[in-house]
Amino acid sequence: MTIVCAILILGGLFFYAVGVVGILRLPDFYTRLHAAGKCDTLASFLVLTGLALYNLSDFTLANVLVSLKILAIAAFISVASPTATHAITEGALISGVQPWTKETRAK
Amino acid sequence: MKHLQEKAQSKPLGESLIVQTAVRMMIPFIQLFGLYVIVHGHYSPGGGFQGGVVLGASFILMALAYDLQKTFGYISERTNAILGSTGALIYTGTAALCAVLGGYFLDYSALAKIIPMNPIDWRSMGIFLVEVGVGLAVMNIMVSLFWDISSGGKMDEGL
Repeated sequence: MTIVCAILILGGLFFYAVGVVGILRLPDFYTRLHAAGKCDTLASFLVLTGLALYNLSDFTLANVLVSLKILAIAAFISVASPTATHAITEGALISGVQPWTKETRAK
Repeated sequence: MKHLQEKAQSKPLGESLIVQTAVRMMIPFIQLFGLYVIVHGHYSPGGGFQGGVVLGASFILMALAYDLQKTFGYISERTNAILGSTGALIYTGTAALCAVLGGYFLDYSALAKIIPMNPIDWRSMGIFLVEVGVGLAVMNIMVSLFWDISSGGKMDEGL
């Protein structure tokens, strides 16, 4: 059980790291948001699932309730984070942020 | 890209099916969590102020995703003002009642003279009463502040 939790949490940390690299290295607003939105959602989901499973290693009713609350947070993040990313992207599109293309790369 | 941008700009500002659907899914859970934070405030982190902010934020989210008129359908300006004042009254009323009954201000064990109960139990119950009051006041004042600021006092469509 502990090994499964460790794999889940480490997987989450890996995706967080990928997200950080994406935010730092990608060239413009949209691609950075792409990295941040996707990686954060998946990584939070993995880390929280791992924590909920780890909490169940001592199986009592109180711990089951805490695990259910953690899973509820995970479900909430997996709805809210993509929606927020979508809203930010649409706001940027409306206010006219130009994407990175072959022509704008030269300067 | 140009095509996408024109399509986005031709829509009415702030109306988005994805955001509205997600908000409609999330608001019941946000409000449930706000109530949980208020009534669980004396056992765990949280309390009236934090729970009230969460409850108020659910209405602000609704006002952002739809418009102000939609929130007036759930909680009208009049109800909002009455509830906010009631919250402040519950808080100060409980506190002053303790002082009137011979304890200190906010010393809930004095309330045992009204309903006979163990003074230690009354301290727990008294905090609960005060937190319900604080939660109501904070929620309604936050919503009211957002309505006023986002519509410039006109209470029309909002942002």
